[in-house]
Amino acid sequence: MTVNELESIRKKKKPLIDVRRVVREQGEKLAKQTGYRKQVLVCGGTGCTSSHSMKVIEQLEKSLKELKINDVLVVKTGCFGLCSLGPIMIVYPEGAFYAQMTPEHAQTVVERHLKKGGSIVKELLYQGTVAEDGSIIPFAETPFYKKQMRIALRNCGVIAPEDIEEAIAAGDYSALEKVLSSMTPDDVVNEISASGLRGRGGAGFPTGRKWSFAKASAGDVKYVVCNADEGDPGAFMDRSVLEGDPHCVLEAMTIAGYAIGAHQGYIYVRAEYPVAVHRLNIAIKQARDCGLLGKNILGKGFDFDIEIRLGAGAFVCGEETALLTSIEGHRGEPRPRPPFPAVKGLFGKPTIINNVETWANINPIINNGAAWFAGIGTQTSAGTKVFALGGKITNVGLVEVPMGTTLREIVEEIGGGIPHGKKFKAAQTGGPSGGCIPAECIDTPIDYDSLIAIGSMMGSGGMIILDEDDCMVDISKFYLEFTADESCGKCTPCRIGTKRLLQLLTKITEGRGEPEDLIKIEELASHMKQSSLCALGQSAPNPILSTLRYFRQEYVDHIEKKHCEAGVCKALLTYSIDPAKCHGCTLCARNCPTHAITGKVREPHVIDKDICIKCGLCMSNCKFGAVVRN
Amino acid sequence: MNDCKAAIGTPEQAARLQEVIKESRSTPGCLMHILQEAQAIYGYLPLPVQQTIAQGLNVSLSEVYGVATFYSQFSLKPKGKYRVSVCLGTACYVKGSDKILKEVEEQLGIKCGECTEDGLFSLDSCRCVGACGLAPVMMINEDVHGRLTADMVKGILDGYRRREEV
Repeated sequence: MTVNELESIRKKKKPLIDVRRVVREQGEKLAKQTGYRKQVLVCGGTGCTSSHSMKVIEQLEKSLKELKINDVLVVKTGCFGLCSLGPIMIVYPEGAFYAQMTPEHAQTVVERHLKKGGSIVKELLYQGTVAEDGSIIPFAETPFYKKQMRIALRNCGVIAPEDIEEAIAAGDYSALEKVLSSMTPDDVVNEISASGLRGRGGAGFPTGRKWSFAKASAGDVKYVVCNADEGDPGAFMDRSVLEGDPHCVLEAMTIAGYAIGAHQGYIYVRAEYPVAVHRLNIAIKQARDCGLLGKNILGKGFDFDIEIRLGAGAFVCGEETALLTSIEGHRGEPRPRPPFPAVKGLFGKPTIINNVETWANINPIINNGAAWFAGIGTQTSAGTKVFALGGKITNVGLVEVPMGTTLREIVEEIGGGIPHGKKFKAAQTGGPSGGCIPAECIDTPIDYDSLIAIGSMMGSGGMIILDEDDCMVDISKFYLEFTADESCGKCTPCRIGTKRLLQLLTKITEGRGEPEDLIKIEELASHMKQSSLCALGQSAPNPILSTLRYFRQEYVDHIEKKHCEAGVCKALLTYSIDPAKCHGCTLCARNCPTHAITGKVREPHVIDKDICIKCGLCMSNCKFGAVVRN
Repeated sequence: MNDCKAAIGTPEQAARLQEVIKESRSTPGCLMHILQEAQAIYGYLPLPVQQTIAQGLNVSLSEVYGVATFYSQFSLKPKGKYRVSVCLGTACYVKGSDKILKEVEEQLGIKCGECTEDGLFSLDSCRCVGACGLAPVMMINEDVHGRLTADMVKGILDGYRRREEV
C-alpha cells in the first residue's frame, strides 16, 4: 500500500465513521453520503459477548432481512464502557443508546425504530438517557460519559475492529504515515519525551526516556514488545483496547521500531483473552496484506513485523523481565535489573517494552503534538488514564479520565455512587501491588505521584470500590493469597515473605491474632519491599500497609476484641435469635444445613453455637429480622 | 499407568504433535507454544507427551516439566468434559464469588482443582475473566454465567448434565 492508497481508503470510509462521532443533526446529513440510512453498533467486547451480544446481532440481521431493510448497517464494535448495562447497542445518526438488549428487544427495535419512518423505542433505552419530560439526552451528556476524555479508547466502540478500512478511516496508521514521511527517529523520540507520557502499566516510567535508552543502545538487532499480560484481577483496560482497536497498537509498535531501529515486535498477550487474541491475529494479517506490516512499509523502505506470543497464566509475567524470559520459552521468572531491557532485553538484545494503553497513546501524540498531550492532565502526569471500575459501584465499566480527576468525581459522578444506599469505604487501586484509598482521601486527584503519596499506586488501572460490608483485613488477606500463589519462587523474600504475611493475616481473621502480630507484619513488609527481586515481591505488602495506615482500628478490633465490624470474618461472628422477634415459623430451622436450630412451632427458636457453621442462611431467610449477627 | 495409556492416545494425536514440533522447533522460544498446542491435542500434558516434546526439541525433560508446572494454564491431570472455572478476581470476590465456589464444590462433590469420577466436570478457580460487569461469574468451557447467586448453581450444572442424557 502506498500513502495515496491509504488516503483514498480514508476518504471513502470517513463519512461512515463521522456519523458515529458528530452531533445528531450533522450526522443525519452525513448519513446520506454513506448509503446507509442508519448504523447499528453492537458491542462485541468480552463484557457484552458474555451477556450474549452475538445473539443480538444474529437477531438484528435476521429481522432486517425478513423486513427487507437493506439500508441499515450492523457493526460489531469494541467496548462502549458501560459494561454493567450490557449488551449495549447504539443506533446512529440519532445516537440512541439501547441497554441490556435481548434478541426479543432487537426484533422490537428493528420493527419499531429501524424500519423506514420508525422512531426510537424509549422503554428499551438506557434510562439515564431519557429525561423526566421524556426527551432524549445524548449519551455523551450523561454523567457516566460527560467527564470522560477518550484518547486511548478513542476508537473503541466506534469502529469495527475486524475491518482495517474502518480503522484507517478513524485515523489509525495516520501517525505512522507522518513518521515515515516527515520525521527522523530522533524527532519521534523527542516528541514522545516532550509529551510527558508515562508508562500506563503501573510504574509510570517516562516512555520517551525508555525509547531514548533503547535507541542509544548499540546493536543491529533490537526488539519492540507489547505487554498485554494484564493480570491484575478486576482490570480489563488493555483487553478492551485490543478488542476494540487492535490496529492502534500495531501502528504504535511500528513507530517505535522506526524510532529505535528495530524490525521485529512481539505482543505477549494472556491466553485468557481469546477475543483479543482473535482480533489481533486478524489485524496483523490485514496489516500485512495491506503492506502496513512487513517489508517496505508504505513504500518508505522501512521493514517491521509483529508476532503474537501467548501467556499461560502467570501473574508475574506482567513484570517486564519475567515477560521477556517467558517469550524466550522459559519459566517466567524475573531477572535482576540492571541491565535494563533497553540495554539487554529479549534474547539479550536492546528492547523496549510498553503496555497496551501506553501504545494506544502514541498515535494521538504524533498527530496532535507533544504540547497538546502535555496540556492534558497534571504537571507530572500528562494525558488521561483508563480505569476499570468494578466492585460495589453502580456503573461498572471502563472509564477514561484526564489525570488529576478526583476519586470523588469517578465514584460519585461517573460511577453513579454505591448501590443499595451503602456507604463508600475505600477504593482499591493497583490490584495486588496497590493499596486502598479511604473515604477521607476521596478528594485526592488521581495521578501517579498523589497516589503514591497516600500509600497506593496507579497500577495498571483496576479500581475496585469497597463499601461498609467489606472487611479490610479480609481484603488484605485476599490479595496476599493472590501474591503468595503467584510468587514465582525465585527470590526468598517474596517466596517466604508472602507466605508468612498470609499466615499472620489468616491468624488474625480466624480470631487468633496477638498484638505483636502487627509489629511482625510491618517489619516483614519492610524487608520484602527492600530485598525482593522484582516488583511483585516489592509491592506485595502494599495492600496490608495501606489498610494498616488507614484502617488500623479494624485490625486492632480483630485482634483485641475478636470483632469484625463488617461481618465478613466468619470465625469472629456469632448468630443468635432474638426471642422477642421470633415467631417460631420454623423457616430457619428447615433451611439450616447443619440442623443447628431447634424449637417448637410458634415458639422462639435457638441456635446451637457449637454446630452453627455461620453460613448466614438463617439471617437471610428470616422474615422478621429475628436473627442477630454479632 | 493410566496416564501412559492416555498419553499414547491415538496415532493421529501423536502425528499431530510431531507435526507441531517440526513446524515450530526452529522458532526461538517455541516451547510454550508447543505445550499449548500439545494440551489442545491431548487435553492435558501427561509425562510421555512431555518426554516426546523434550526429545523433539533436544532439551531435557526437566526443562519441559519446569515450564509445564510453572504456568497455571498447563495441566498435568486430565480435565472434565465440562471445565467449570469460578472467577476469584477482586470484583467477583467482593460480590461473593467464594460462596459460589463453595456451592459448586458441594453440588459436584469435589474440591477446587479436582475432576468428578465420571469425568464430566472439573472445577478450578481463575483470576478475572474480565466480565466484571457481570460479577460474580463462572465459566463452563466457553460459556460465561454471570450475576450468579448460590441458588442458581444447581440449575446451571443440571443444564449441562441434561445435555449428556439426550
